[in-house]
Amino acid sequence: MTVTDLALYGVMPILALAMMFAFVRLLRGPSLPDRVVAIDLLTALGIGTIATYAIATEQTALLDVAIVQALVSFLGTVAFAYYIERTV
Amino acid sequence: MQEVLTAGLMVGGALFMLVAALGVLRMPDLFLRLSASTKASSFGSGLILLAAAAHFADTGVTSRAVATIVFLLLTTPIAAHMLGRAGYFVGVKLSDRTVIDELAYQYDLRTHRLASRNPATTTVETDSVSPES
Repeated sequence: MTVTDLALYGVMPILALAMMFAFVRLLRGPSLPDRVVAIDLLTALGIGTIATYAIATEQTALLDVAIVQALVSFLGTVAFAYYIERTV
Repeated sequence: MQEVLTAGLMVGGALFMLVAALGVLRMPDLFLRLSASTKASSFGSGLILLAAAAHFADTGVTSRAVATIVFLLLTTPIAAHMLGRAGYFVGVKLSDRTVIDELAYQYDLRTHRLASRNPATTTVETDSVSPES
């Protein structure tokens, strides 16, 4: 079993399962901050998925996407937190 | 050797992220979910990025992976702190099994600043509403 096979058939399913758990929390809530936590976790899982896919396909350029994803994730969470705090 | 290192880091990171997702799904209130998600997910994605660095063994890839890890380690606690603070102000319910809320009545709800009052001597004022209500 090569590293590529492990990334595609071993690691990706684990990350997909984790994404399903995060989606359940995103749908159930119950409050807005809970949903923002789920979105934050989904973007972190996205970074992991992108890095795994870069290993599986031998494409180093995909790691740039992971950097941008980390940046956008931070900005999004901070914006949501600021918005939630301003509503009271 | 290099393949074993890559595989170990990748599987370990994925398992950490699964634990983070399980925590977000199963923990009883917002602050425990935040605590479970923040640490485990940043550690998990950091391990997977290290696996990418070990797999490609290239200066450009390694520097990009390390830059992403440093950025994650710097920003994730800030985002989590802001989110938890915002959640506390909105009045998210704490878990039933919470023993003590040491922040109760410590925040000025109008200016959002810490007042640092002694909780033992603090009387409940009419305008400082309990965060749980």
